[in-house]
Amino acid sequence: MSLALVVGVLVAGGTFLVLQRGMVRIAFGFVLLGHAANLVLLSAGGAARRGEPLLSIADLATAADPLPQAFVLTAIVIAFAITIYMLTLAGAGEGDDDTEDRR
Amino acid sequence: MSPALLPLLVIVPLLSAALLAVARHVEVLRRAVLLGVSAFALVFGTVLCFTSWDGVVTAHAVGLWPSGIAIPFVADMFSALMITVTALLTLLCSMFAIVSGDDRRPYFSALVLMLSAGVYGALLTGDLFNLFVFIEVMLLPSYGLIAVLGGRDRLPAGRLYVAMNLLTSTIFVAGVGLVYGTAGTVNIAELAGAAAESPAVAAAASVPLIALSVKAAVVPVHGWLTSTYPATSPALTALFSGLHTKVAVYAIYRIYAVVFDGGTAYTGLVLLVLSLTMLVGVFGAVGQESMRSILVFNMVSGIGYILLGVALFGPLGLMAGIFYLVHHMIVKASLLLSTGAVEVSYGTGRLGSVGGIARTEPLIAAAFMGSALSLAGIPPFSGFVGKVAIVKAAVDEQQIAIAVVAVVVSLFSLMSVLRIWRGVFWGRAHEDEVHAVSARRPGALLTHAPPALALPGLVLTVVTLGIGLGGQGLLVLSEQAAAGLLDVSGYIEAVIGS
Repeated sequence: MSLALVVGVLVAGGTFLVLQRGMVRIAFGFVLLGHAANLVLLSAGGAARRGEPLLSIADLATAADPLPQAFVLTAIVIAFAITIYMLTLAGAGEGDDDTEDRR
Repeated sequence: MSPALLPLLVIVPLLSAALLAVARHVEVLRRAVLLGVSAFALVFGTVLCFTSWDGVVTAHAVGLWPSGIAIPFVADMFSALMITVTALLTLLCSMFAIVSGDDRRPYFSALVLMLSAGVYGALLTGDLFNLFVFIEVMLLPSYGLIAVLGGRDRLPAGRLYVAMNLLTSTIFVAGVGLVYGTAGTVNIAELAGAAAESPAVAAAASVPLIALSVKAAVVPVHGWLTSTYPATSPALTALFSGLHTKVAVYAIYRIYAVVFDGGTAYTGLVLLVLSLTMLVGVFGAVGQESMRSILVFNMVSGIGYILLGVALFGPLGLMAGIFYLVHHMIVKASLLLSTGAVEVSYGTGRLGSVGGIARTEPLIAAAFMGSALSLAGIPPFSGFVGKVAIVKAAVDEQQIAIAVVAVVVSLFSLMSVLRIWRGVFWGRAHEDEVHAVSARRPGALLTHAPPALALPGLVLTVVTLGIGLGGQGLLVLSEQAAAGLLDVSGYIEAVIGS
């Protein structure tokens, strides 16, 4: 339940920021949306079992599902790269980062 | 072919991209590698078409992990066909970019190779999450390319492009999470029929499908396409039009056929949306004032036709859709390259600001006219066969209204390309244009576009004519691709058993 609530709050905040005009705000909005997606991925593996998923030492009954963790790791790296790129786009060009001012 | 060779299609372009990122100042090497790798992929794809003949599915567990854990690379007739066509388009667009000077921009060749690696990976992978990764591999270089090439609108276009794609990718990856949560796997073969059995999986799997529909530019979420593509360089528009939306379309076909088993619960709604896509796209095209905007709007309309195949499903519908997909990729790239040749040589793509191109550039005009007729569905070009197959599939499924829409939209798309013909190719050459050209290159006559610039578009026009005259060839290939989507047992057996 707490995961679902956090995802909801992140999506709400992210949606609000993405709908702003400034490119920096849009980039931050996507950071929030990306976190929300990562939490959805994590929750897909079940939030109840949280042991380290290391085969040699883990008890299989309590070990977390490692696959969603691998998904999230991949998604974080990609989202990080794109965030940097969006900030570059915000800084490029003349004047401020307003996306509606098309010149 | 040994299945273990499949990953080469991703490894070779990626390593070459890395090489070119380092050795980017050696022009001969840069061009040779760019063209060589695309030619390699073209040969590879053709060989795959032969080995996939009669429903043979090649699958390889990457890294030799046991099946169920490994990421599978799978090639059947559908993916082989797509790989062949994308490789052909990448090769010709790269040739165009070399002649037009785009390839002198920093990192152009490396980024194009990286993009093509992502496309081949997305076409081969049999894993939903890996599909997301390869779509990102395809998109990240595109973000770079769109910001480097193009006119003064490229920065706003780049911002919109990144924002739209990042949003849909986020939705896609969340959907993959939901699929994993409900079905416990993201392996497409293991998901076979899962959505048809369980409503929860169906709801989860529809999220990636919706994200892919946005990437494919289905109305009402097509606005990003029509406002970004015309802002880049002509070579890039042609390349993107051939690859990006079509990868999304491919994934929709694959996921819908395997995971949903072609369920018909929402066929009515989907057909309505696709009819709107065809209509809105073509009406938008009729109202545009530059060559590339017209063609990009026509592309939206074409997406409607292509996805009709998967909406109608059935052997005839899928075959028609796949045939139309291949035809559309070729023809659209041909049109964009021909008009791009005019744009590069004369510096403008606005209707009415150049004229008489048919007289001064007969090669480009011939290539354009052939592909324009093909787009509208006039025999003997491939568009005729594609549209007849689509209309027949619609009639067979008793969707008469869809058939009528498809025919009416054809007429309007003919009208929209004839506007380009009248506004740019017909008429008299403008005096000031003549001066402008000779001022730019003193001593040059009005011809002006080097023949090498016209060649890529011309080659594709010949291909569409060939497919039209020998329609049976591609129809047989499409039929086999459709059979692989209808009966997925071969696909599943190859993946699970590999």
